[in-house]
Amino acid sequence: MRAKYVLSEVAVGLWRNISMTIAMIITMSVSLTMLGAGVLLYFQVQSMENEYKGDIQILVYLDKKLDKGDDQTEQVRQSLQKDKASGLVDTFEFKTKAQAYREFKELFKNAPDLVQNTDPDRLPANFGVKLTDMSLASKFESKYSHIKGVERVFNQRDSLDKVFGLLGGVQKLALIVALVQGIAALLLVANTIQVAAYSKRREVSIMKLVGASNWFVQAPFVLEAVFAGMLGSIVAFLALVAAKAFLVDGTFKNLFAILTPMPWSRVILMLPILAGVASLISAITGWVTLRFQVKV
Amino acid sequence: MWHPPHTTRVDSRSVIRLEHVTKHYTRSNRPSIEDINVSIEKGEFVFFIGPTGAGKSTIIKLLLREVIPDKGKVWVNNKEVTRMNRWKVPSFRRSLGCVFQDFRLLPHRTAAENVAFALEVIGKSKTVARRVVPEVMDLVGLGGKEHRYPHELSGGEQQRVAIARAFVNRPLILLADEPTGNLDPDTSIEIMRLLDRINRTGTTIVMVTHDSNIVNQMRRRVIEIEGGHMVRDQARGVYG
Repeated sequence: MRAKYVLSEVAVGLWRNISMTIAMIITMSVSLTMLGAGVLLYFQVQSMENEYKGDIQILVYLDKKLDKGDDQTEQVRQSLQKDKASGLVDTFEFKTKAQAYREFKELFKNAPDLVQNTDPDRLPANFGVKLTDMSLASKFESKYSHIKGVERVFNQRDSLDKVFGLLGGVQKLALIVALVQGIAALLLVANTIQVAAYSKRREVSIMKLVGASNWFVQAPFVLEAVFAGMLGSIVAFLALVAAKAFLVDGTFKNLFAILTPMPWSRVILMLPILAGVASLISAITGWVTLRFQVKV
Repeated sequence: MWHPPHTTRVDSRSVIRLEHVTKHYTRSNRPSIEDINVSIEKGEFVFFIGPTGAGKSTIIKLLLREVIPDKGKVWVNNKEVTRMNRWKVPSFRRSLGCVFQDFRLLPHRTAAENVAFALEVIGKSKTVARRVVPEVMDLVGLGGKEHRYPHELSGGEQQRVAIARAFVNRPLILLADEPTGNLDPDTSIEIMRLLDRINRTGTTIVMVTHDSNIVNQMRRRVIEIEGGHMVRDQARGVYG
């Protein structure tokens, strides 16, 4: 009887204030969509870091005139050998100028003009080095960039960091929009509950008079907010599904092909996360609002 | 001006006790009360009388724990309400019934539904409501009008519904704040007869009024409040 009463009160409450309910659902869904996008981007960055972390090398490019068997090449090799023995370097491999050119041709096989116009001699021989601890990269770089015969030391991580930086920026933007919209949504929830509590002040005063427990008085209002939050999270989830279908797998398919793929399971995981966040925050806002509105 | 002695009768039969109760409203013009000492026994029928603004209704608010006194102690049903936790207030209020001048009925519920509402909110089942509500409606003389809405009932009938709602949980104490304030003299007498019947079942009744006719006819205990002070406590009193 009580559950039925509470549920019917929720339905009546939402319907009575329908324009406010819709406004609440819209702002909440925009906020949650942004939150979902932010979380998905976070996952994306994490998975990319995991994927590339193992493969990152530091490339020690030699002078263009050096190749296999030259004295200076051998000096660099010996230095790397020493550092391997001391534990700084994990592994290293040498690529001759010819190997470097072959790799270049393979990488740019779709751009024959570029390959044709590139002189094989312009590609330097290099050592691909993996460190035991990539945080020591700057120490390694400063040491090897001063060794004779070394043209340039390049950490692959630096170019990857640019991609991470871009994704991180988009993620931050999404989270800021989520936060601002979230605040608007919370204010709307608080206001909706205040209006609902005011329009039902007679019932509430009678309920309190006859000894209704606090939860019984407050439950319909809190559930109203939670219900609107859940609807908002469903709309937000559908927006994320559409974004995955039409943007990630559609318009920006090529971009995401370079990055690590974004599986559907990760998008589907957003539904419980968003629904949980929305209902929890709505419930807390509702309860806090009522604490100052509906006093015993 | 007569001042009551500052000693409180300690009686195990007392269901309401106010000890040196003072309440001031610093931020509003609501009437204050000063050093009130009252003890009310089980089954008594007590009138609180006095001019408008004397502080009579503040006493009802204190008994309901809608307000807390600045000084002194309030005991209701052997519970010190002044020190009661907020979360215990709802269950405490279930031992009280309340009736007001403005009836306070839910306009979109029938008479029977208004009465059942009091059972509903404290978790009683529909079976209990189906059994108890008609009994109480008969008791208040509204048998046959259960399905009428408040606007279809006269003022006296609406107050009967309110009394039925207050009494349906068989409270030990019934608090009535100017219950006849909106009613004509004849209807007021009917309501008083009903309250008297309820009193005879053993329910303690505390009624705030400034209706001298009623007080003079009933000849029950009269406590007079004036300017927040208790100026008279008379066993079978008249309005004065």
